[in-house]
Amino acid sequence: MKTKHKVMGVVAATATAAALTLGVIQKEAESQGAKTIKIDGSSTVFPITEAVAEEFQKQKKGSVRVTVGISGTGGGFEKFCSSNPSLRTDISNASRPIKKEEIEACKKSGVEFIELPVAYDALTVVVNKNNKAINSITVEELKTIWSKESQQKGIKRWNQVNPKWPNAEFKLYGPGLDSGTYDYFKEAILGKNNDIRSDFTPSEDDNVLVQGVARDPNGMGYFGFAYYEENTDKLKALAIVNPETKKPVMPSAQNVLNGSYKPLSRPLYIYVNKASANKPEVKEFVNFYLRNAAKLSKQVGYVPLPADDYKKAEARFQKGEVGRIPLRAGL
Amino acid sequence: MQGRDNLLHRRRLEKVFVAVALVLIVSALLVLLSLTAEMFIDGLPRLNWKFFTSFPSRHASDAGLLSAWVGTVLVISLAAIFSIPLGIAAGVYLEEYGRDSWLAAIIEINVTNLAAVPPIIYGLVALGIFVQSWNLGETVLTGGLTIALLMLPTVVVVSREAIRAIPASLKEAAYAVGASKWQVIWDHVLPYSLGSILTGVIVAVSRAIGETAPLITVGALTYIAFLPESPFTSKFPYVSFAWLQAPFTVVPIQMFNWISRAGTDFQANAAAAGAVLVILTLLMNGVAIYLRYRLRKAVQW
Repeated sequence: MKTKHKVMGVVAATATAAALTLGVIQKEAESQGAKTIKIDGSSTVFPITEAVAEEFQKQKKGSVRVTVGISGTGGGFEKFCSSNPSLRTDISNASRPIKKEEIEACKKSGVEFIELPVAYDALTVVVNKNNKAINSITVEELKTIWSKESQQKGIKRWNQVNPKWPNAEFKLYGPGLDSGTYDYFKEAILGKNNDIRSDFTPSEDDNVLVQGVARDPNGMGYFGFAYYEENTDKLKALAIVNPETKKPVMPSAQNVLNGSYKPLSRPLYIYVNKASANKPEVKEFVNFYLRNAAKLSKQVGYVPLPADDYKKAEARFQKGEVGRIPLRAGL
Repeated sequence: MQGRDNLLHRRRLEKVFVAVALVLIVSALLVLLSLTAEMFIDGLPRLNWKFFTSFPSRHASDAGLLSAWVGTVLVISLAAIFSIPLGIAAGVYLEEYGRDSWLAAIIEINVTNLAAVPPIIYGLVALGIFVQSWNLGETVLTGGLTIALLMLPTVVVVSREAIRAIPASLKEAAYAVGASKWQVIWDHVLPYSLGSILTGVIVAVSRAIGETAPLITVGALTYIAFLPESPFTSKFPYVSFAWLQAPFTVVPIQMFNWISRAGTDFQANAAAAGAVLVILTLLMNGVAIYLRYRLRKAVQW
């Protein structure tokens, strides 16, 4: 008999809970007044936005809430421009500029956006620490190594790319095809109408790429500078031959800022929904972001923009200038 | 003599087999143990009170698991609330009422198939139904419903097995003294099978705790530094369901985020989060074993 009561109790409790839950959901959905800023997008930009959100919430003492997801640059824009208003984010992190299709999608849903660059990243091409033969690489050589065309031509050894390099098969590690990092690399190195080869090891987790290259004497990979900086004992970064000056340039904050690390230094952006920008909490957050981006992006391993650019970005945000317009040449 | 030699030979063979099996299981366990031990050792410096009471941060030593473990507890409890009554009811129907009907056959095929569907598919279904059609948003409620979907087939299968294990003589005896079908189920079948059902349910729950893919699909977050509203309020009616509408993250997602960060500082946090998950699973399995023991002792036939 005791067990019987137990069963009844459990069933009754769950049934009541379920009924109450379903009944109250609708009401609560409308009455929820806590101010939340929704951010999603690139995992590359995530550390900067997270740092800003952390400081901002500390300053606001919990009166404003900020959530940050990592759906990737493309996935972030999908939510940002969603036709369903309840899924839209206020701000989207992006490690590349917004694409034409994405602008179209935004237009269709009536979403206007303000584009704001927040920092630089130096995409870093790395090889194994013990690879003594290769120190610098040209854009052409990178293209030869990574393109689909070369795969079809059967290029898979270092000396097929450059006769001075060893006669060994290279192993490639790169970000997955959904990442903005891949998009940027593809555009900068392979060109618009070229595809990446299919026989590389992709991962959305950059540490997997780090491990791959660190363990493989013939490994090569590319990812954000922060991941190289934390693993200089295991990896060797290659100097990239600047296509204009023909001089090899190492990735570093200085070389990104003086513009010599080309073409792999890339700007990182946040995109703010124009309608959300009218909300006081979002306005305050974005202003806070631009004022602290220099300090915080440096802390998490990125290269801050010149101070002047942050001022220009602030001015653009104040004016509410929408659309994909470079803040200045190169951004 | 011939037969005796043969016997000795066969006994020796058996001993060899036992030895091989023992070596295999010991080595498998050793690998598992050393991995777990390494994780605990890596995570130990972070496993303190502060780790459970602070929000994520860009500084590894300040970063904690608070929003993640609260999210996990809420999502999993909600999933249990939705899937357990439904699952048990389905099990009862299939075993006691629906036997041999075409409807039961269809349900049975579906349930068995569902149990083999990869979790990410549940995430996609949930994204389409809960998030996009029902507009429930990327909330604790959506997360709970998603995990409930995932647990449901397991709970149904477990309930059926448990109910089937009740001896027919017991039910017949109840019928013989004039009990109705419902009385037989409610007063005898369910109480006696509850122990086994609970065990299965808890195993399903402890599997669901580690689930990540479907929750990422329905929009679980990565950085969240506040807690959902408290379910209890100081004003009438003293309970609030606002937490259902709150955005959330769960422990495995937080753990993945820490692992994939640049720098080694966060690896310790990830190891600590992993240790918490393992402890949580062990605890739940412990509770399952205890409950089964208690409930089995209470039932005598």
